[in-house]
Amino acid sequence: MDHSGFPLLSSIIGLPIAGAVVVLLLSRARAALIRWTALGFTIAAFLLSLPLYTGFVKTTPRMQFTETYSWVPAWNINYAVGVDGISVLFVLLSTILAVLCVTVSWTSITEKIKEFYAAVLLIEGAMIGVFCSLDMFLFYIFWEAMLIPMFILIGVWGGQNRVYAAIKFFLYTLVGSVLMLVGIMVLYFQTGKSFDIMKMMAANYPVDLQFILFWAFFAAFAVKVPMWPVHTWLPDAHTEAPTAGSVILAGILIKMGAYGFLRFSLPLFPDAARALAPVMMILSVIAIIYGGIICLGQTDIKRLIAYSSVSHMGFVTLGIFALNMQGIQGGIIQMVNHGIVTGALFLCIGIIYERTHTRKISDYGGVATALPIYASFFMVLTFASIGLPGTNGFVGEFLILLGGFTASKIMGVFAASGVIIGAGYMLWLYQRVFFQEVSQKLHGLRDLDMREVLTVAPLIVLVFWIGFYPVPVMSITDASVQQLIERVNKPVQPRLAQHQAEVSK
Amino acid sequence: MNTGFSLHDLAPLLPELILAAAASVLLVLELVLGKKAVLGLIGIAASAAAFAGLSMSGGAAFNGMFVSDPYSSQFKVIFLITAVLTILISLAYLPRKKAEQGEYYSLVLFATLGMMLMASARDLIVMYLGLELMALSTYILAGIMRHDRKSNEAALKYFLLGAFSSAVLLFGISLTYGTTTTTDLATIAARASASGPNPVALLGMGLMATAFCFKIAAAPFHMWAPDVYEGAPTSITAFMSVGPKAAGFAVLGRVFFIAFPGLQAEWTAILTVIAILSMAVGNILALVQTNIKRMLAYSSIAHAGYMLIGVIVGTNEGLSAILTYLLIYAFMNMGAFAVVILLEKGDTLQDYEGLAKSNPLAAAAMLVFMFSLTGIPPTAGFIGKFNLFLIAVNAGYAWLVVVAVIFSAISAYYYLRVVRNMYMKDRTEAARTHPAFSLGLALGIAVAMIFVIGIMPSVVLGR
Repeated sequence: MDHSGFPLLSSIIGLPIAGAVVVLLLSRARAALIRWTALGFTIAAFLLSLPLYTGFVKTTPRMQFTETYSWVPAWNINYAVGVDGISVLFVLLSTILAVLCVTVSWTSITEKIKEFYAAVLLIEGAMIGVFCSLDMFLFYIFWEAMLIPMFILIGVWGGQNRVYAAIKFFLYTLVGSVLMLVGIMVLYFQTGKSFDIMKMMAANYPVDLQFILFWAFFAAFAVKVPMWPVHTWLPDAHTEAPTAGSVILAGILIKMGAYGFLRFSLPLFPDAARALAPVMMILSVIAIIYGGIICLGQTDIKRLIAYSSVSHMGFVTLGIFALNMQGIQGGIIQMVNHGIVTGALFLCIGIIYERTHTRKISDYGGVATALPIYASFFMVLTFASIGLPGTNGFVGEFLILLGGFTASKIMGVFAASGVIIGAGYMLWLYQRVFFQEVSQKLHGLRDLDMREVLTVAPLIVLVFWIGFYPVPVMSITDASVQQLIERVNKPVQPRLAQHQAEVSK
Repeated sequence: MNTGFSLHDLAPLLPELILAAAASVLLVLELVLGKKAVLGLIGIAASAAAFAGLSMSGGAAFNGMFVSDPYSSQFKVIFLITAVLTILISLAYLPRKKAEQGEYYSLVLFATLGMMLMASARDLIVMYLGLELMALSTYILAGIMRHDRKSNEAALKYFLLGAFSSAVLLFGISLTYGTTTTTDLATIAARASASGPNPVALLGMGLMATAFCFKIAAAPFHMWAPDVYEGAPTSITAFMSVGPKAAGFAVLGRVFFIAFPGLQAEWTAILTVIAILSMAVGNILALVQTNIKRMLAYSSIAHAGYMLIGVIVGTNEGLSAILTYLLIYAFMNMGAFAVVILLEKGDTLQDYEGLAKSNPLAAAAMLVFMFSLTGIPPTAGFIGKFNLFLIAVNAGYAWLVVVAVIFSAISAYYYLRVVRNMYMKDRTEAARTHPAFSLGLALGIAVAMIFVIGIMPSVVLGR
């Protein structure tokens, strides 16, 4: 609740869900009304989320805007929500991207409009719920509830191979999640029958249990991120999803995995996280380099950007498991950046696909001559993706590499080589698509209209804003990350020492 | 021992008496009434009256052979809900299939009565009587479409295998009687513990376990289920997939917990194997089915596997988790069969292609049932599994829960196939549906309950 007692977070979660119900009740024939209603609800949720930024107290690591109501007394479950410096940015990112998802689909979605916008709104509500939950049960409900609309979104409005991609996405995520569910149940009894995340964070669990639970949670988060070698659902899902689906997947959904590491794996199992950090860093570096090399071989624009996510998320997990201030803060910023940049790239690909109906790189060429505004937007995003100074990508990658080098020089060297591969595939893509002779398919195409410019422009502004002046974003996370680091790097806990002493007796 | 009979003894039997009277009246009324649907409505009214009678029926009767306690009452609620939903989905379906025999509704009530006796039995003889009443009624119901060869085949198969399992059960009962010279559950436990371990008693328990596992369709005693589910009238398949299964669990819990606490280590081991086998067989064979009724049959085998975990846990909490699960399972499974009935041709998975376009409401309902059966929040199916698994983890069965959740993730694939066919495939000719008010009502109740329980679990968890 904010200072005046208004349930701000619940409203931000509830508005899109209510919007989905309203959209479903509208008459199928009134397409325009459905679109405007969906847009209205996403904009309202976005406006409501602004006070989260302005009213956020940056000096405390504590949860803010908290609300707690008893929900299932039999299991001691509360409806508890709140945000801290780690989660607040993702709530904002979700509300922004949801608006853009609606506007970019304005003309490209022509069938089953009602269900489409209802699915987008449901996903938005569930995503925000995941970032705000302070109760494990509530968290899991939102975490899983999102699967259904996302499955439908990919499977119904997706590309050629959509059904395969949708089922693969669903099964991969589900298998990971159910293992986490068992872990949650074990935690519940270890914490004295409580699903309260804050209570869990304050508790100390036996080290051997920490290792088991770390892997159980890892199953869920690694699939979502996705980390190598469980990333194979991502290229299919991102490529086949409709533009709005790709934006949500790349922008928010895969961030939930990394967010899970930060919110649960590190603070709940600090000893296991410290011990396993080298393994996680190796997996991250493999993802960075492997993802980058695969990108070089892609012939489909969308698939290339999808694989670049594997590489970029490798940077994020590398930063997180560097377990130092620069690494984790860089990881968080890189997550936001990736949401902005890759989200925008998918928006751009969707915009051009609507005109040409092809995603093959070889079908393009000379787009810069035919669609100059579009080309300049794409160029900014390419540079941001590479991490050119002045764009947001630079801030994140720089911090992560700094943190990575501090934690392990070898990892830092390998990760830095990933930056070079990244520059390689993005610039090569830009050269093949935008320069050279104007392709036949591009004749007579119009440049971006006002709606499309307004869809991409906000993200371009964010690219430069975070690129030139990252302080506001970084200072929000400061206190929370500081607390997290202290928690993870605390030397052997007193209770643990006692436990070991007992064992040795 | 007081062998005299007093009218006072009948109070705990109030719901059973109401059902028995109604079922008998229906048999006679059938001869004079032209409009068979009225019989169904009377059946619903009788079930409602029995439901009302439940709260007034506490206590034991016939020297403790029959008892009406919270355990039995909760099971009876599930049986009565199943009966009402079955009648609702039958009202429009029977005339369509030209199977409107008057005995139909009467037999549904008799079968329900049998299940209620099973839940209340504290004596092996009463339990056996109830079980036979239920079984014989369902044999006939499975074959009620006299001109349909598959229906006949189903009835015959069910009868033969069912009779065999009844014989096994009787053999088990007689062995138990032979070692303890009683059929009263509590006395069996007392005498068994006094006489110490005995291989004959173990054999008796094992044979009874076999017969109960036949009723709940747990592997490896599940062979009948796919064929019978496929051939029986869909409304009866729905009934069989919930009612007899729940009744089987009622006696399984009652008999094992009260009569064989001394053999707990043994039956826990046996049931653990059966549970894992059921989850494996049910979920893996369901993956390759093309007939939706067969698929749901294998799915029901898998669900029996999940629910057995509640018995394995060996606490009253485990049993109450089974009750919650069965209640939820009743709504989602009956709902799924209701959609099958709604379609003119709804037996194969192919029939569901493009349903989202031709009949969006039915497709949406089926989507809810499928995701609930998978156990995805915010549906009730998730709450049922969560409740059950939580209790198992608490009892130290985390490893078994890991097995169960992996299998339920596998199950997502075949449930998703239905959703895929409805939403992601197109067909030129629209699927023909037969909407009816009663069917819509049943679907509405099921969908509403799935969301109510899914979002506010407190309604079924109490406290």
